[in-house]
Amino acid sequence: MTTDEIQTGLAEILEEVAGILPADVSPEKSFTDDLDVDSLSMVEVVVAAEEKFDVKIPDDEVKNLRTVGDAVAYIEKHGAAA
Amino acid sequence: MTEVLVTGLGATTPLGGDVASTWAAMLAGESGVRPLEATWAEHLPVRIAATLAVEPSATLERVEARRLDRCQQVALVAAREAWADAGSPEVDPERLAVVIGTGIGGALTLLGQDDIMEEKGHRRVSPLTIPMLMPNGPAATVGLALGAKAGVHAPVSACASGAEAVAWGRELIRTDRADVVVVGGAEACIHPLPLAGFSQMQALSTRNDEPGAASRPFDKARDGFVLGEGAGVLVLERAEFAEARGARIYARLVGTGMTADAYHIAAPDPAGAGAARAIRQALADAQLEPADIGHVNAHATSTPVGDTAEAVAIRDAIGEHALVTSTKSMTGHLLGAAGAVEAIATLLAIRDGKVPPTRNLDDPDDDIRLNIARVQAQEVTLQAAVNDSFGFGGHNVALVFTAA
Repeated sequence: MTTDEIQTGLAEILEEVAGILPADVSPEKSFTDDLDVDSLSMVEVVVAAEEKFDVKIPDDEVKNLRTVGDAVAYIEKHGAAA
Repeated sequence: MTEVLVTGLGATTPLGGDVASTWAAMLAGESGVRPLEATWAEHLPVRIAATLAVEPSATLERVEARRLDRCQQVALVAAREAWADAGSPEVDPERLAVVIGTGIGGALTLLGQDDIMEEKGHRRVSPLTIPMLMPNGPAATVGLALGAKAGVHAPVSACASGAEAVAWGRELIRTDRADVVVVGGAEACIHPLPLAGFSQMQALSTRNDEPGAASRPFDKARDGFVLGEGAGVLVLERAEFAEARGARIYARLVGTGMTADAYHIAAPDPAGAGAARAIRQALADAQLEPADIGHVNAHATSTPVGDTAEAVAIRDAIGEHALVTSTKSMTGHLLGAAGAVEAIATLLAIRDGKVPPTRNLDDPDDDIRLNIARVQAQEVTLQAAVNDSFGFGGHNVALVFTAA
């Protein structure tokens, strides 16, 4: 799965969970500060991403995923398709 | 004495998605009871319910709706209508309160997430499970939407919850804790488990082949209530505050009574003593005599024992002159929302001089002996009316409204 494909997949999850427009999702965007994803929605995003990308994202790791780019990079590195 | 006025109304019920359509359907004697078509209902003894006429998703944003239990969704729909209907009062947030009760709370979330945990494990349980299932959820949802900071409260007294919320809202104004209080009740628990539980209590009508005839309060052939879902919300205001902003006034909430039976966890006291005390307390609070009461919107759910006990209480505390109706014959039983929706029907009856009929009252039970509106809406000039609500646990609430 390419970086673009992961970002597109993540944008789909963000739209479903939080109603964020895919056009507003880009690597430098912070989940909390820019996209207004609250901590409960972030849990939903993580669980949905684990399912979609067949990856494990431990709770301890979630706090390091500040931006969309952080999440894409993590999934790229740890995902089954990597 | 501080006067409390009703300045806004909102509802979503089995009869309509707002107050206007619900009230029109009540006056026309329509039924909101429908067959349950879902496969899960096939093996239940009860396969009818009073489901919403309009889905909450028709007015709520998708993302907003997915974070709310259905009971919170209906509360929000009704509260937005009531708030807009009141003209969106400009009030200091610290003088705005919310009191919205529910009987059961977020049962659909609790049961649905339990299924997910059984099937897929704890990691798949939604992080929104707790805020969606907590019984203060409808009140908190509306409090957030309106920015209410004087206080957000959620009375839980089974089927009296909605009426109790109206009563507590008036107290918040009279004790000077708020100028405007958004009050009401919300319920949405049409699901196999509550249906099975109520069925095991022998509380539900099993007239599955005739949904429109199943809810028949005071009728000889009544065999239980019909489970319904929906919400009702009223905006209460301190009179000076409402008058200063030139608010349109529906009615005055002039008296409330709240008592407990201490008799049985689910059965009503057959002597109706606690219910009669609540009505008398409300009349005393309103400084009205029984003869002043022209209309009673009864709790009457269509259960054999409940309706009879209430009739005793009404005859005892008010007499046989008042024109009585049970709008549950049309809406089914909205549990924690019932008192709020029926408070709305009570004050609209005063405003319009029209009492909705008790649908399906073909043959009044010999024990009832009340003056009940039947067949069609009755035109009558009303100065004051009472709304009764009772709940499992022995909760009794009576509200008294007078003309604006």
